[in-house]
Order: sequence, then structure tokens, then C-alpha cells
Amino acid sequence: MNARALFSLALRNLLRNRRRSLATLLAMIVGLTAILLFGGYRANILYGMQTGFVQQSGHLQIQRRGYFLDGGDSPTAYGIADYPKIIAAIRNDTTLAPLVAMVTPSLRLGGIAGNFAAGVSRSVMAIGLVAQESNRMLAWNDYDMVSYARPLPLAGADEDAVVIGSGLARKLQLCAVLNVPDCSQAPAAAKAAETTNAPDDVLALSAQESAQQPAAARNRIEMLASTARGAPNVASLSVIEAKNMGVKAIDDLYMAMHLSQAQKLIYGASPPAVTAIAVQLHHTAQMPAARTRLEALLGSEFSAEPLEVLDFQTLNPMYGQTDQFMGSMFGFIAVLIGVIVLFTIGNTMGTAVMERTTEIGTLRAIGLRRSGIRRLFMCEALLLGAIGSAAGLASALAIAYAINHSGWTWTPPGYSYAYLILVRVGQNTPLLVGSIVGMIGVTLISAWWPARRAARLEIVDALRHV
Amino acid sequence: MQPVSLRNVSKVYHLDAVEVAALNEVSLDIEAGRFTVISGPSGSGKTTLLNLIGCIDRPDRGEVIIAGQAVQDMKDDALSDFRARHIGFVFQNFNLLPVLSAYENIEYPLLLGKVAPAERRRRVRELIDAVGLTGRGDSRPGQLSGGQRQRVAIARALVHSPALVLADEPTANLDRQTGAAIIALMRQLQHERGVSVVVSSHDPQVQAEADTSIHIRDGQIVDSEAEVTA
Repeated sequence: MNARALFSLALRNLLRNRRRSLATLLAMIVGLTAILLFGGYRANILYGMQTGFVQQSGHLQIQRRGYFLDGGDSPTAYGIADYPKIIAAIRNDTTLAPLVAMVTPSLRLGGIAGNFAAGVSRSVMAIGLVAQESNRMLAWNDYDMVSYARPLPLAGADEDAVVIGSGLARKLQLCAVLNVPDCSQAPAAAKAAETTNAPDDVLALSAQESAQQPAAARNRIEMLASTARGAPNVASLSVIEAKNMGVKAIDDLYMAMHLSQAQKLIYGASPPAVTAIAVQLHHTAQMPAARTRLEALLGSEFSAEPLEVLDFQTLNPMYGQTDQFMGSMFGFIAVLIGVIVLFTIGNTMGTAVMERTTEIGTLRAIGLRRSGIRRLFMCEALLLGAIGSAAGLASALAIAYAINHSGWTWTPPGYSYAYLILVRVGQNTPLLVGSIVGMIGVTLISAWWPARRAARLEIVDALRHV
Repeated sequence: MQPVSLRNVSKVYHLDAVEVAALNEVSLDIEAGRFTVISGPSGSGKTTLLNLIGCIDRPDRGEVIIAGQAVQDMKDDALSDFRARHIGFVFQNFNLLPVLSAYENIEYPLLLGKVAPAERRRRVRELIDAVGLTGRGDSRPGQLSGGQRQRVAIARALVHSPALVLADEPTANLDRQTGAAIIALMRQLQHERGVSVVVSSHDPQVQAEADTSIHIRDGQIVDSEAEVTA
């Protein structure tokens, strides 16, 4: 029996009990839609996270060995002094140059920022960077994500200019002067205590003085940090903008300044260093090749410094944890839906075998082999799987389109602003192929047992069946 | 060559703990090109005998030779292929595939035999005309009367030119007049094509058409015009 006749017969058998076939298809469509939508949502989150991390810190970072684990609060002990040569070597390397979109140094430092006019101070985690290069890194968007990154206004700004997180602005009582939206700043406890005890005329004078202070002066803060030799060093800085960093914990500590300013604060007159060299590639898939070459380059030309190459997944453990968490959720949902579809189709095929027992006997009597019977039922399952998958895919794409154009937002745990809810179904080939192949696979598995049972029927018993 | 030859064939069915001997040491030869009718009361073993001749069941003992080949030990696939080549079936309930048209039902055995499309068309059209269903080829079984369905079944049984056609109570579900027409048609086609037909039936008008009659009771042939080897 040729394949065309076989599929034609299988299709007609499916259409024989349309309501049952439709109910089975509906289970498949709902199942596949759920899997594709959740997979698309998961992909969007992971691609979004990856895009954010790569925009901020590159695909790979060169650091002094041990800095990532132990050196966060000690930039002076883990500085890379030779960074200009390393950057030049990367840019000139014939293997790396075509892969690399940007190489830029950065210096992380901790300290205390104080707005002494307001009588408040806070711990900060600052980063010194080359503003133009960092801004160019923000343009990386390999997955066409909705990007929330805005360029730092440090490029072209004065040497003492800094950008701080909106949470830090609130804590430093700078919301008004920086025009931070939705920023309700509480008066500092010390200030409050002081003002409570002061006489009214002193308070009035203070308010008058404060109002008369020029705006340019009111955005100034002092940053206290420890130099390489352990001495305290202070820089007077001008806050030019407060920026919502998305994650509240970072937003309350973040400060960005020019690399030269950060180096002056930490190294003073000593030779400057950086804590990391970020390497951003054109595509994430280039990471293994770039890493191998980078390690070889560092090992051969810069072996005097104990350097290591870390990827963005290592630098941002949250990425891997999120991937794992959502992966396990996706797996759970996929298995659950797979089992439901398995039993639904198994039940449908089992009923079909029972209803068509006499037909099976007839076909066997007129010469169809057992394998032919098995093939017929497997063909019906394959058709069910193919039609269900196509309809499920269409349904998922339609719902994904509706969601992506709905403008719905949500605020992830720990984040300080809402993100658009988006699902990447159509652009996610592995998800599409995997889900459809999986669904058809489940269909075939669920039909296997009824098909086997049908094929093993004794002809005389099947013909006697009522 | 005799189309059917049975030697000391026995068949026992196991119903729970009870053993029922459906056939007991039956031997017979059916000559080629004959219209043979097997008759007997219900439970006498005539359907079992027909099943063994049709190679859809196997004997517990004895030898079944169909179209010159011993079939009792054939592998299942070989037996399926054998049936597809040498045997046609007509069932009491017609047993047509409801999702296929009359034309497609008749064509089905040719698909199993991998007959070329042009040859399939020729043979199916010829048989549709021969059984008097010209113009009804596109009808589904549900759109046909009982007599018309049985005509389709007869065409299906003959389309691959088998040596042997077996019919189990072919008139049982038809009214007397239609039954007579069906038997007349089977008789006519059997004559024209020289095929051997074995029919199991209670129907006296079927028995009246027999070239050879075999009467069976309690699993044994008690009266036969066929050659019976004791």
C-alpha cells in the first residue's frame, strides 16, 4: 500500500469521528500553545538578561586572578597595570579583532558619598569607565530586545561629573535638585534630630541659606575612598544625573564616573590600573573561540600578570540561576502537558482500535500485514500530531502577537521598574522545532501501544467483534 | 490442482476451562471452478472450516493445502501475502471500509498487491460494471443499500483474480429477493472467471445453487458430494 493511500485512509479515519478528533486536537493545541508561550517568555527573559549583562560588562572580562571572588572590596590589590597594552594587543590580534565589538577598561571601587549640605552620607559602589566606549557597548542588541539601557551622560562631561542611581539620589537628598521622578525622600535621621532641637530663627535662616544656594552647588557631593597606600582620599564630584538602575539593591549604591577620576581617587600620583577589561563580542556564539584565543594571548604575552578570563555567566550568577529555575519550570510544564497529551491521544487511539476491531479483522483477512495495521494507526497519530502542532503553533503565534502588542508590564522581584511582558515564539527556532518534534513524538508514543494492540489482534476474533 | 485440500484437520477452542472441538479430524478436497456450499446447524463448525480454508485461522492438527501450498505453518506475513494473492472474502455484514467509496473499497486489494494505477483503474471499472454498480463508484457504503454493499464486497473479493473466494453467510443480512440476486451474481461471476467459490450458508436457495454440498455437524463432515478422505 503506497504512502499516499495510507495517509488518505488515515486522514479519513480521523475525520470519521470529528468531535473526538477535535477534542484531541484541542488538548494538543492548548498544550503546545502553553509550552510555546512559556518557552517564549522564558527566552525573552534570558535574552533580556543576557543583553543587559553584555551591554554593561561585555561577554568576557579580563581580571586579575582572584578579584572576582575575593577582590571586590580591594581594587588596589587586584589592579591590572598593563591594561593599555592588553587592550592594544586584543585590538591588533588578527583572530580576535573580527570577533570583538568593543574592548574597554573599568575600575570598580567602594567608598562613602556624602551630601554634607544635607548632612547625609551613604556607602556607594562606584565604577570608573570610559564613557564613550561604555555607551557604545549599550548599543549591543543581538536579539532585537526592547532595551532599557540609556547612554550615560558622562561622555563630554566635566572630569568631576558622576551619575548615580536614583535610589542613591534619594538617600543623598538629591531628588529635587536632580529632578528625579517618583522620588519621595525621607529626611535624614541626623538632620531631623538636629532640626528638632534647633531654635526657630536658626531653622529659618538655614532654610533661607539653602534656598539661596546656586543649583550647581547643590548637586555637589564628596566621595571618600581609600587610596592604594591605605590613606583616605576625597574627591568633590558633581552629580549630573540620577538614573534608575532597575534593580533596587544596585540603584541604592550605584555611582559611575570617568575612569580618570576613579584612578585619581584610588591611585593618586601612582601609576593607574583598572580592575577589569571588558570584551564585548559581536555575537554570543563567538564566546568559546574568543575566550580560547584571549587566554592564549594573555598566557603568551602577559604571563607576568596573573590574569584570568571570565564570561558573563560567571560574572552574573543570577543569569545561570534564572536559566536553571526557568528551565526546570519549563521542563515541569512540558512534562505535565506531555503526559496529558499522551493519555488523551492514547485514549483516542485506544477507542478507535476498539471501534474498528471488525475493520482491522477485515483488512487483515484481505491481506494487510500486521505491520500495515500498525502503520495505519501510527499514520493517524502522525497526522494528529502534525495537525495539532500546526494549529498549536498558529495559536501560540497569534497569542504571542497579541501579548507583545498589549503593552502589559510587570515588575520582576527586586526590580525598581516595570518591564514589558513579551514572548519570543516566532524568533526562537530551537523552541519551535523542539516543541513540535516533542509534541509529534508524544503523539507517536501514545499511539504506539494501541497500534500494537490492533496489529496483534487475531483475525477471527476481530471479525467476531461486535 | 485442487484449490482446497484438508487432511485430518482438527481445531479446538478454549472457552475458559472448557474445551470445544470445533473441527475433528476433517479431511476434504474441493475441486477447482466449483460452487461449493458448506451447510450445517449453528455451532457445527462451518465458520471454523471456512476460516481455516481462508487462512485466517490455523488448525491445531492436520494439514491445510490451499492453491497447492501447505499454509498451516506459514509465517504471519507470508500468510497475509498469500491471502492477498489467492483468496477473496465476502462477509455476512459486507465489512466494507466506511470511509472509502465503493470504487476505493474494490481497489484496496490491488493496492496491497502493488498493481499499477492504470491496471487498477481498468480492473475496478470492469468489476463495477460486472456487479451492476455502474455510476455508483463514488458512493460511500453508507449511501448504498444492503444488496449494493454486498455487490461491492463481491467485486472486492474478485478484483485481484484469486483462485478461491470464500463467502460466509453472504445472504444472511439481505431480503430473500436481494439474496437471490446476489447468489445469482456470484454464480455468474464464478462461471465467467472460473474461480472456486466456497460459501457457508443456512439459506436453502444458496444450497440449491451448489455444485458441491458439504454438510457438517459437530465438527465433522457428515454428508458431502466433495471428495472426502476418511
